Amino acid sequence: MTDLFAALLQLLGAGFMLIAALGLYRMPDLLTRMHATTKAGVLGAGLMLLGLLFLHPEVHTAVRVIAIVGFTVLTAPIAAHVIGRAGYFSGVALWEGTIKDELKGRYDSENHTLASSDDSTPESVATSKPEQEIVNP
Amino acid sequence: MERVIEFMHLATWLLLAAALGFAFYRLVKGPSLPDRVVALELLASLTVGVIAAYVLRSGKVVLLDVAMVLALTAFLAAVGFARYLEQGASQHD
Repeated sequence: MTDLFAALLQLLGAGFMLIAALGLYRMPDLLTRMHATTKAGVLGAGLMLLGLLFLHPEVHTAVRVIAIVGFTVLTAPIAAHVIGRAGYFSGVALWEGTIKDELKGRYDSENHTLASSDDSTPESVATSKPEQEIVNP
Repeated sequence: MERVIEFMHLATWLLLAAALGFAFYRLVKGPSLPDRVVALELLASLTVGVIAAYVLRSGKVVLLDVAMVLALTAFLAAVGFARYLEQGASQHD
């Protein structure tokens, strides 16, 4: 019975990993690809290691499995954040169907400061110069 | 019962192999360097899965150490690549 449960968990984990890889293969741009791989990949690896733990319930296995899963769960979001940030700043094109990019025009990638309101962005200053003088006083 | 478990192991290997193929496609084809880094990270995660599947079959629990080191180095590689990218290496992918 334990055999069956372990094999079932591993099959489920492998399925999630296949979903992650399919997302990486099919999704249109960097951020959507990352959204697929980070979550489903971590869940898949975690499920596969958990299945292993059911068949080998010794202490030294459990310690290693908990270490791997815990470390992956802790570091995968950090790695995804860092890569996404680097990709955004190095000018990787977003998908053409993207409807919202809230950093666009508000973030100064030279000195990494975020402008809080619309009228202080370089773009809207350039396009709506007359309104600027009415709003400011 | 035995045959069902055998079939599940085989299916696990097949799913992992297909996933490795898709991730490798993105690693080779990926239009930009960050795409390749994401593919590399998924490949490391898939390799942890492969090691888990192999340990389940063979009982060689020692190999879990390899998986642990692999998970560690994949994270370090991702952070290193990200730092390299932020220094303005977008032209050289």
